[in-house]
Amino acid sequence: MYNLLFFITLIAVGYLVGTFAERYHYRSIDHREKMFINLPAVTIKTVNYPDDKIQSAELVYGSAVISVDYFKRFTASLRNIFGGTVKSYESLIDRARREALLRMKEMAGDSRIIVNVRIETSTIGRNANKKGVGCLEAIAYGTALTVA
Amino acid sequence: MIITNIETVPGKNIVEHFGLVSGSTIRAKHVGRDIMASLKNLVGGELKGYTQLLQESRQQALDRMVDQARQLGANAIINVRFSTSSVAQGAAELYAYGTAVFVE
Repeated sequence: MYNLLFFITLIAVGYLVGTFAERYHYRSIDHREKMFINLPAVTIKTVNYPDDKIQSAELVYGSAVISVDYFKRFTASLRNIFGGTVKSYESLIDRARREALLRMKEMAGDSRIIVNVRIETSTIGRNANKKGVGCLEAIAYGTALTVA
Repeated sequence: MIITNIETVPGKNIVEHFGLVSGSTIRAKHVGRDIMASLKNLVGGELKGYTQLLQESRQQALDRMVDQARQLGANAIINVRFSTSSVAQGAAELYAYGTAVFVE
């Protein structure tokens, strides 16, 4: 009985705090994406600026480690039974990637464009027993070009 | 030292190639951060401690790569890639590699 109560409390706390945190994070992401609207990050490698106009090229990177809340883990484990898209994890990875991209742009300073952007994700600290922290790192990196 | 992840350094010519340079570091998180992270794991969200840890280690891997390139006499590293792998429980390896070149 107490076990069940404990479990329900954990889920409720996870749901309430997790949803609030996610909404807050998305608001901050949207806001900062608007700030960096003039700094495009592209996956192509060459840009058609003349070579003598390009002042400097510099490696920039940003990363974010993000973890899933208890409620999402519970719904995802339910999903495992029936299959289908796991929406609760989609938003998690989306947040991590966008945050990483934003941090990369912050590092780029007053550059004109970031070329050859790559985004990687990796799970870190995944343990064999389920007590371990299930978290995910997204890293974005590219070359920031300063154009005169 | 110029570091890029494209095949050239824009505006400069590659004069000499020195081959592959790489740097890696393996970091384990400490217990304090682990406890905080497992608390954070309940409510989800960003694990700032881990982000900072990985960022520091990535910088260290880059520094080691740059040191290696400097010893070869290079002044730029092109086509740099990162990779991450978890080697053991609670430890992550961060690896950076690229091609050392001399540009003018």
